[in-house]
Amino acid sequence: MSEAVNDTRPGGAGPLLEVRGLVVHHGQLRALSGISLQVFPGEVYAIIGANGAGKSTLLRTIAGLHSPTAGSIVYDGRDVTGLRPEKRAGAGIAMVPEGRRLFPSLTLEENLKVGATYARKGPWTIERVYDMFPWMKDRRTQRTAQMSGGEQQSVAIGRALVANPRVLLLDELSLGLAPVIVQRIYGMLPQILESGVTVLLVEQDVSQALRVATRLQCLLEGRTTLEGKPSDVTTDQVEAAYFGLAGPAAEGTLHAGPAEGSEA
Amino acid sequence: MSVVTDATARSEDKLRVTRSRRNVAWTGAGAIVLIVVLGAFPYYVRSGTLAIMVQGLIVLTLASMWNLLAGYAGLVSVGQQAFFGLGAYFLLIPAMHGVSPFAALPIAAVGAGVAALPLWWLLSRLRTGYFAIATWVLASAIMLFIERFQSIGGGTGMPLPGLTGYDPAVLTAYTYWAALAVAVLAIAAVYFLLRGRLGLVLTAIRDDEQAARSSGVKVGLARLLVFVVAAVGCGAAGGILAIDQLQVVPGTSGGVFSVLWTAEMAFAVIIGGIGTIEGPIVGTIVYMVLQQTLQSYNAWYLIILGLVAIAVTLFARRGLWGLLDERFSIRLFPVGYYLWAPGETRRRRRSGTGSADTPAKADVSR
Amino acid sequence: MAWVNAIIQGILTGGLYALFACGLSLMFGVMKVVNLAHGDLATVAGYIGIGIIAATHMPFLWSVPIVVLAMAVVGYVLQRTLIQAALRRGELTTLIVTFGLSMVIENGLLQFFSANNRGLGVGDNIVTASFSIGSQIQVAWLDVIIFVLAIVVLLGLQYYMSSTKYGRLIRAVADDREAAQLCGADYRHVFGVAAAIAFGTVALAGMAYGMTTVISPTTGTDTILLFAFAAVVIGGLGSLWGTLIGGIILGVAQQIGAQLNISYELLAGYIVFLAVLVIRPQGLTTRRSQS
Repeated sequence: MSEAVNDTRPGGAGPLLEVRGLVVHHGQLRALSGISLQVFPGEVYAIIGANGAGKSTLLRTIAGLHSPTAGSIVYDGRDVTGLRPEKRAGAGIAMVPEGRRLFPSLTLEENLKVGATYARKGPWTIERVYDMFPWMKDRRTQRTAQMSGGEQQSVAIGRALVANPRVLLLDELSLGLAPVIVQRIYGMLPQILESGVTVLLVEQDVSQALRVATRLQCLLEGRTTLEGKPSDVTTDQVEAAYFGLAGPAAEGTLHAGPAEGSEA
Repeated sequence: MSVVTDATARSEDKLRVTRSRRNVAWTGAGAIVLIVVLGAFPYYVRSGTLAIMVQGLIVLTLASMWNLLAGYAGLVSVGQQAFFGLGAYFLLIPAMHGVSPFAALPIAAVGAGVAALPLWWLLSRLRTGYFAIATWVLASAIMLFIERFQSIGGGTGMPLPGLTGYDPAVLTAYTYWAALAVAVLAIAAVYFLLRGRLGLVLTAIRDDEQAARSSGVKVGLARLLVFVVAAVGCGAAGGILAIDQLQVVPGTSGGVFSVLWTAEMAFAVIIGGIGTIEGPIVGTIVYMVLQQTLQSYNAWYLIILGLVAIAVTLFARRGLWGLLDERFSIRLFPVGYYLWAPGETRRRRRSGTGSADTPAKADVSR
Repeated sequence: MAWVNAIIQGILTGGLYALFACGLSLMFGVMKVVNLAHGDLATVAGYIGIGIIAATHMPFLWSVPIVVLAMAVVGYVLQRTLIQAALRRGELTTLIVTFGLSMVIENGLLQFFSANNRGLGVGDNIVTASFSIGSQIQVAWLDVIIFVLAIVVLLGLQYYMSSTKYGRLIRAVADDREAAQLCGADYRHVFGVAAAIAFGTVALAGMAYGMTTVISPTTGTDTILLFAFAAVVIGGLGSLWGTLIGGIILGVAQQIGAQLNISYELLAGYIVFLAVLVIRPQGLTTRRSQS
């Protein structure tokens, strides 16, 4: 059946996380102007865009650290727009914040333990995180401040995972990390997905995002300039959406996908 | 992204920048009239009332100084009683050596100002909260230090010589005029300081200290200047108290070094409106009214004062004057700037100096 | 020999000062609140103790846990309501609120209890009992008990902060409030717990203090706040055992001063405090503007 792109998947499962018409201000500055998206279970949804496009703001608002001026956030069919951030974590939305934000005066294991304090029931435990990152076992009593960027990133991810979220928000994983490390970290995604976690990530590195995403959206100055599957967008389209270049490719919002009328 | 402004200025239309919304000359004239009226009080007001007014003028001076410190420079001092007390003693000592107490007032003021310098050296690097406690500790230390000198009264206090020859009513009048002069000078000093470069500098520091520093603003110097001016003001007020009470008594309850003085000046400022020059005036009036009505209940007026101050600082941050300002947009002592779009006359929200804390941002975090 | 006595006395008193100081240090470390009413809380605890004993005639020792617990609850409530509201509005507001609280408490006590000094009526036996080391050193049992109590509390606190769930949460929230929220921690609740601990310890210290000397409504700010702050300054901010060291140095300095001249006791403490302020004010300095 031919329908607009954003609708229920074949199989009838609704979106796990949905954002509708989100408007967010920083003081008098409008950071997001009416953003909408849907993330379905098992997906890796990527949000790309240049600096200042509003990507992190979007993620932080979903996590509850910002209040939107307008619009709503629906999680698992429930409107969580007014829910405090700690309650969202308890409900199953966990975020790995930009810049890692580990607790500097706590050890590696203590960081994980804090993450597990209000954990939901599920497959992820501290032990399982150690299985995924074996190097952590030997360094569990070390302060994280001395660790490398990649190691810190792993700990941050582990800290979010032990809460057993259903939706994992990843904010700029690649920030400040060498490409090799970034690859390695993104290489963990399959394991995470396997355990039943859905991923919504923000990434400045477009090629990296294109590699791992099942669907993506591009933001520019707080507005959506491109939406669709990686396989359906061309490099030109992405460039135009990313930089906001004038030209036919950039007119309006691009919904990349199979042409209407054809098989979805 | 869009910054909210609809002003599109064409090259022909210019944006006007003025210091105030109405003609300041009116305020100036009004102030002079008021001062003349107040100055004439001793001729037709009873001594008892005059004595109360002296108290009010002392608190007014102190409040203006505390407001300058906390409201404009971000220096929350809980130890101003140190300079208040030092002022009293710097008046006492010359008086004990034959100088007329009234003539010694400038000495008291300057002495307190000089004393502020080494104290600033001790305090200047401290973070806000610890700055506050440290001022309190230093005030206590200064009191202990002074109490050691028996020659100026030790722990029990010393009567003020040099004023015995005056007729009581005349003395009260002279005291009143001195207090009025000090208060007027204090407010005028604050006004002209803030209207000038210092005001701009302090606003810049308050908005973004780092940026101000890297723009070449001498942050430390600005704060030092404010600290010294406040010390001078408090010292002068202390001198007036000595003249008023005809004695100088140290000590933590009711004495010149009592923290209650700071409580009174701070609460007057908070209730009246911190960060505005009019605020301390309103606050002092409220404070005096409270004190007079609750006189018979001892410590009650401080309890109520404290509770009201807490309530005001939580719910009406800009105090009584702030509330008035919101409704009617008046500024008697304008130190900010007004931006007039082409063709605009009156109803514009003013910009410029705000209140002490960083202005409330739109709710960004919980 | 009088000197040895003095030093021992100073060390023992230092434990009490540390007990006063740890709550102040905790509240600043975790929520960046400088509680100007901190000393008055100790005084209130002392007065509540007096009141309870007068009303129910229960043995003093039983009243201690009751008062400490009550103050801890008060601390939690006060933090969740008043202090949290002030924190949202900025540092200046918080200082004003705690200062206002201090004035209200002191004058409230003045109003209801008058300015007279009060003692906790522990019973002369405990207060004056002492033992001797050698022929010339006298040590009061009470001082030793209080010192041991202080050490026990500090040890307990250290264990709590390092090895329990809430201790971890408190440290995490102190490090990074937002990140802690993302992990599911309600920082307001955690702040409340920290405040409860601070109020509880200072209440305990206040009752102990009331046993050794008399208290009056203004004792909170006259002496206790100053002692607590001095201990924190001297020992270095953020360190639990630092406050013990700071307390001991303060206590010893005071006793040595008293040996030179009885009126030097307080002054000596101030001098040490000022010296440290000049020489190494770590943790107290830097950025003035904090939003």
